[in-house]
Amino acid sequence: MFIIKYIKEVYRGVKSLLVGMKRTLYYFTHHKEIITQEYPDNRDTLVMAERFKGEVVMPHNEKNEHRCTGCQACELACPNGTIKVIFKNELTPEGKKKKAIDKLVYHLELCTMCNLCVEACPSDAIKMAQTFEHSVYDRSELTKILNNPGSKIMDGVE
Amino acid sequence: MFEEVGTTTEGDIIINVGPQHPATHGVLHLVITLNGETIKKVEPHLGFIHRSIEKMCESLTYRQFIYVTSRMDYLSSHINNHACALCVEKGLQVEVPPRAQVIRVLMDELTRIASHELWWGAMAMDLGAFTPFFHAFRERESINDIMEETCGARLTMNYMVPGGVMQDLHPDFQKRVKEFLQLYKRKIHEYDELVTGNIIFQNRMKGIGYLSPEDAVSYGCSGPAARGSGVSCDIRKVYPYEIYDKLEFDEVLETAGDSFARYMIRLREMQQSIRIIEQLIDNIPDGDFQAKTKAVLKLPKGEFYQRVETARGELGVYIVSEGGTTPYRIKFRSPGFSNLSVLDHIARGSKLGDLVAMMGTLDLVIPDIDR
Repeated sequence: MFIIKYIKEVYRGVKSLLVGMKRTLYYFTHHKEIITQEYPDNRDTLVMAERFKGEVVMPHNEKNEHRCTGCQACELACPNGTIKVIFKNELTPEGKKKKAIDKLVYHLELCTMCNLCVEACPSDAIKMAQTFEHSVYDRSELTKILNNPGSKIMDGVE
Repeated sequence: MFEEVGTTTEGDIIINVGPQHPATHGVLHLVITLNGETIKKVEPHLGFIHRSIEKMCESLTYRQFIYVTSRMDYLSSHINNHACALCVEKGLQVEVPPRAQVIRVLMDELTRIASHELWWGAMAMDLGAFTPFFHAFRERESINDIMEETCGARLTMNYMVPGGVMQDLHPDFQKRVKEFLQLYKRKIHEYDELVTGNIIFQNRMKGIGYLSPEDAVSYGCSGPAARGSGVSCDIRKVYPYEIYDKLEFDEVLETAGDSFARYMIRLREMQQSIRIIEQLIDNIPDGDFQAKTKAVLKLPKGEFYQRVETARGELGVYIVSEGGTTPYRIKFRSPGFSNLSVLDHIARGSKLGDLVAMMGTLDLVIPDIDR
């Protein structure tokens, strides 16, 4: 009785190993089912998801105008102090003084891509870009100014 | 006779596993007292990845603190965020729209499958099988793609906000999830062929690390670690939140209490999550995905507690509010901490080689234990 049980055990064990080996051989011979992406080589064809949160950017139109009113909602919403809004005084055509943004400083090194600033913005001035290759040689390059130099606020955005 | 097992005597060897060791899945330091090859004592040392998340949360507003909790149990970050959002909603008395509830449950269950798949691959790798890791990541990858499309991130999503979810579902979401379900059903038998039926794997798992139901309760174990011993503790069944009480699914229970039982629990739990997703994917109600809340959230004075079932067990969020915009105190009851504390108990008297199998089936995520 012991011998029969022993042989059965051995048979069961060898069978279980062969079943697993069969699965491995299946993938060895079916190359089409391999789904690995060869990342640095497929850079030209790589398409990121449209909602992918890579970094915060401020879109400008062709006249170099943005939609940021400088309300600081993004600065308040940010948990890490990633965004700083710096103001300047501008003269309107009527000669009145008007507050406008000078720089919108964005610290990429502090950002966790939580999307709270984009959600908080009432005028859709900032959005998330799909870039993800952020490595640079010096830390200071990660501090970015989002508005282009010489840019103005778009007409009709309050 | 009473035998003193916890003390060091002459001839004992003390070895350190970690803090940097592939088998500990993170920066966990185990001080193991050995007598020959038999384990006399296991002492986990924590603190290597302590980021004081609870203290950080005290300086963040109720909208902001949710993103930090993704960094605790990073494999079930959706469920962590869900727990925090639910706790804040409890304080605000906000009614979450039905669409948001369904989206939340769908995301939770997808996260649970992704988490268990990674665990399955890592578990097999702990025991020396390297290929299953890639098989597990193949299915997990399609879940990550679904998450990336809808939430915008693959691991730390920050998709749940108080009152609902941050963005509406992507138009392709239903199609992609159905594709995933088909892929999963086509590939699920491979899990059994490669690992579960394997005789070497079974011999290394069966009867190893026995945890009795009494000990599971007294150590505060939860999740698959306790359900492997037959303790019914699924928060989705016991204290249903969101729409879990209207869904049809079984609480998976095994009674053996060994490592293999805990392994089987997770495999069967994935099937139940698939069942939940199948019920919901065609029945997502129309409507708002977010309730209207004030721009600045203020919780009334008081204490609020909410628990949810993560992939690892019971996660509790306890908020003490003084009526301001930031919490006065936040405490997280993490499942991993209690599950780790039982390791010393189940490891005593077994061999050193089996320790990895026991640790693997407890499914420890160290940033969750240390916070």
